[in-house]
Amino acid sequence: MGVAWRRTAAAVACAAGLVAAAPAAPVRAETPADMLVMGTRIDDMITLDPAEIFEFSAAEIANNMYDRIMTYDPGNFAELTGGVVRSWEISADGKTITFAMRDGLTFHSGNPVRAEDAVWSLRRVVKLNKTPAFILTQLGWTPENVDELIRVTGDGAFAITITEDFSPGLVLNALSATVGSVVDKEVVMANAADGDLGYNWLKTDSAGSGPFELRSWNANEAVILNRFDDYHAGAPAMRRVIVRHVAEPAAQRLLLEEGDIDIARTLTPDQLAGLEGTEGVVVEANPKSTLLYLAANDGHEVLGRPAVQDALRYLIDYQGMADTLLKGQVDVHQSFWPSGLWASADDRPYALDVARAEALLDAAGVDDLQVTLDTLNSSPYMEIAQAVQETMGRAGIEVEIAPQDGSALWPKYRARRHELILARWGPDYLDPHSNADSFAHNPDNREEAQLTGKLAWRNGWSDPAINALTRTASRTLDLERREDLYAALQRLHQRVSPFAVMFQQNEVIARHADVDGFVSGPTFDLVFYDGVVKN
Amino acid sequence: MATTAPPPGGAGARGSGFDSTPVRVAREVAGVLGALALTFLGLTAITFFIGRVMPVDPVLAIVGDRAPQDVYEAVYRELGLDEPIWQQYLLFMADVVRGDFGTSIQTSKPVLEDLLRFFPATLELATAATLVGTLVGVPMGVAAAVNQGRPLDHVLRVVGLVGYSTPVFWLGMMALLVFYAQLGWTPGPGRLDVFYQGLVPQVTGLLLVDSALAGDWTVFWNAASHLVLPTVVLGTFALAYIARMTRSFMLDQLNQEYVLAARVKGVPERVVIWRHAFGNVLVQLITIIGLTYASLLEGSVLTETVFAWPGIGQYITTALFKSDMNAVIGGTIVVGCCFVGVNMLSDLLYRLVDPRTRG
Repeated sequence: MGVAWRRTAAAVACAAGLVAAAPAAPVRAETPADMLVMGTRIDDMITLDPAEIFEFSAAEIANNMYDRIMTYDPGNFAELTGGVVRSWEISADGKTITFAMRDGLTFHSGNPVRAEDAVWSLRRVVKLNKTPAFILTQLGWTPENVDELIRVTGDGAFAITITEDFSPGLVLNALSATVGSVVDKEVVMANAADGDLGYNWLKTDSAGSGPFELRSWNANEAVILNRFDDYHAGAPAMRRVIVRHVAEPAAQRLLLEEGDIDIARTLTPDQLAGLEGTEGVVVEANPKSTLLYLAANDGHEVLGRPAVQDALRYLIDYQGMADTLLKGQVDVHQSFWPSGLWASADDRPYALDVARAEALLDAAGVDDLQVTLDTLNSSPYMEIAQAVQETMGRAGIEVEIAPQDGSALWPKYRARRHELILARWGPDYLDPHSNADSFAHNPDNREEAQLTGKLAWRNGWSDPAINALTRTASRTLDLERREDLYAALQRLHQRVSPFAVMFQQNEVIARHADVDGFVSGPTFDLVFYDGVVKN
Repeated sequence: MATTAPPPGGAGARGSGFDSTPVRVAREVAGVLGALALTFLGLTAITFFIGRVMPVDPVLAIVGDRAPQDVYEAVYRELGLDEPIWQQYLLFMADVVRGDFGTSIQTSKPVLEDLLRFFPATLELATAATLVGTLVGVPMGVAAAVNQGRPLDHVLRVVGLVGYSTPVFWLGMMALLVFYAQLGWTPGPGRLDVFYQGLVPQVTGLLLVDSALAGDWTVFWNAASHLVLPTVVLGTFALAYIARMTRSFMLDQLNQEYVLAARVKGVPERVVIWRHAFGNVLVQLITIIGLTYASLLEGSVLTETVFAWPGIGQYITTALFKSDMNAVIGGTIVVGCCFVGVNMLSDLLYRLVDPRTRG
C-alpha cells in the first residue's frame, strides 16, 4: 500500500508539474452571462442546517441562502450591521437586547420574515445542541431557559437576555455567526418529524430569505443555487450559482483556462504562479482570519518549561517562510486575534534567533531534545513543518514530523497525546473573545474536565492571571477599555503561552477578469455571491 | 490425436438438461445462495471490524474537531459506539437485512440513495471502458500472436506495455491537457456540462439511458462527449491487459498439434485462427475480461478524481477518510455484488461457448 501510494503521489506530482509548466493559453469558452460557476472542494460539506454547519464550504453556502440576525456589509467588515433587524437597543445592565425587525422581508417560500421566526431559529439552535451551539449557549442559554430568555416582545420586535456576563458587542457578534441565521419556521416545522425541529429535512434543504435558494446539493459533485427574485436588497445579477466539486487542482486550472468555470478557489501555489500573466485571468489574495500556529503540549516534561516554549518561538523563520515557500499565501502574524479586525494587536516580537534560543535552552538545562511534530498531511502544513524541523535542528532540537489525516490528528490532539502540533484556527465570529476563549481561557485543566474544544486545554495549559484577564475583557462594556484589555491579553499571551502563532492566511483565487463583485471576507463563512456581475 | 482438443460446438456437445432433475437444480441454487450469503457475511464483518479498529474517529467526522465534549458524547451514544463491537455489528446487520444501510455522514442522505446515484456513474464508465478494451484489445492480441516475433508483434507489445505500466492518473491528466485544453476536441472534467445538470429525470442513473428515455438528445450527446476521455484512459488500461493476455493464450493454442493438423489439411488460415484457436481461448478470455470489468466497477479513484467523476470509487474513499462506515460497507457490498455478478455471468458464458462445461 505504502509503495503504491508513493508511486501514485510521484505520478500526481509529475503530472501536476507538467500541467503547471504548460504554456498559458488565453481563455476560450464562456459560461452564460447570468450564471456564476466556481470550481472548489465541497467534500467537507456534511450538513446544510445552519444550526449544525461548522464546515467551511457549507458555512459559505448558508451565508448566501440565509439572512442572519446580525451581519456585515460585503464592503465593510469593520462594522457590524443588522441583518433581518433594523435596529437594536441595549438595556442599562447590558444583559438584554431588544431588536426591531426590518419590514417587508420574505422567505423563499413567500412567508413574511417575522420576529417569531428569528426567536424560533435561535431557540432551535440551543435545543438541537449541535457543535456550533456553544456560540449561543456560552451566553447562558439552555434548552430549559431559552424559551423565556429569547422571546417575542411585540409586533416586529423580540428580545434576548443573557445570564452570563458578556459585553453586548460580543453578544451581537455571536448573532452574526451561521447559528444566527433565520429559518422559515412554518416551512421547517411542516417538514419536522419525531420532534426533530425539522433537523433531518433541513440538513439537505433550505428555508431562508437570503439572495439565493438551494436548487440541489449532490455530495462530491455540485451545489446549485437559484436566484431569489424578491431578495430585500434587490435580486442578484446571477440567475444561478454553481459550486462544482473539482478535487484535483490541475483539473480546476484547466477548467478555468477553458472558460468552463469563472472562479477557481483551491489552486496550489505552483498553478497560481503558472496562471500569472494569462490573458483574461486575475489572481487575487483575500486576507482571511485563519491563523497557523505551533503549540507545545504543556504536560510534556521538557516542552512544558516556559523557557523552552519561548526558545521554540525563536526557532521559527517566520519571514523566511512568508517570503519564499508560502509567498502570497500568508502574512506573518504572532498574536491570537487576526490583523485587520477590531482589537487586533499586530506586535511581532519574534524572529529567527538561534543564538538566543540556545541560550534559553541552556538556561533551562535542556540539551539533546527529541520531539514529534504532529501535523496534517497536506499543504501548507508539510512545507512549514519541514522548515521548522530545519531551524529547530540548528539549536539541537531533533524534530520528527508525523503527518496525518485530520481524522487521525484531531482525536490525538483532543486527547492531549501530542508533543508539538502545527495546525490552524479560525474564529467562529468576529469578536476577539472567539479566539481568546480558545487560545487563552482554560478554567479547568484537569483531565476529566474534557474542555476538548479549547486549544489551551488541549495543550494542557492554564494560567490563572490570563484566565482572569480573558474573563474581564469579555465582560467589559466600555469599547475602548475592552480594546485595550484585548491588546494587553494578546501581548501577554504571546510571551508566556505554549503557543507560537506564526501566520495569518490569505485565500488566493483565480477568476476571469470579467467577473466582478465576488467578495471573500475575513472569515470562511463571509463569502458573498449576490454582488457578482459579469461585464 | 488424443492430446488435441476438438473445435468447440462440434459433435462433442452433450445434451444438457438430460440428467438435471428439479432436486438437483434446487440444490445448485441453494448452494449458490448459501455461498453468496457467506461471502457477504464475511465481507461485511471484515469491513465493519476494520472500520472500528481504524484510528479514525467517526464521531469527530460528524461533530468536527472543535466540538464541546457534551455534543461529542451525545453523538457517540447516538451512533451506538458505547455498545460492545459485536453488538454494534449485529444491530447494523439487522438493519441491512431490512434494506436499511443507514445514513451517510458525508452526504447526510441514506446510503442506498447515494449508491443509486454514484454507482451508475461508475457503471457507465466501466462498461464503456471494458467495451473499448475488449473490442480493441482482443484483435490486437490475436494479431500480435499470429505475427509473433515480427515487427507488428513488437509494436503491439510496446503499446500494451506502455498502456499497462503508465499510471492512469498521469494518462488522464495528459489526455485532458491535450484533447481538452490544447485541441479543444473534448469537454472537460465532469459527467455533464453544468448547464445540463438536472435537466433529465433520474430513472436508471445512467445518463445515456436516462437522456435517451427522456428523448433529450442534447443531454445525451453532451453526456456521451464527456464519457469519451475517461473511457479512452480507462479503456487503454483494460486494453493493454486484455491484449497481453489474448496474445499469450493464442500463442499457447497456435503451438498445439491440432492447429498444425488443420493447417496441413489445408484449412484456410482465417478459419484456423478464428474458429479453431480463438474458439479455444474464449473461456480464458471471458475470465480475464470479467475480472477486468469487475475491477473497473470498483471505481477507479484516480481516474474519478482527475475527471471529477462522481463515482463509487471516490465515494468509498472519501467515506473511509471520514470513517463513514455506513457508506463504506454499503459501497463494499455493491463492489462485492459486482464481483459475484460478473463471476456468475462468466460462468453462464462458459456454458455458452464451451460445450464441456454444459450439463
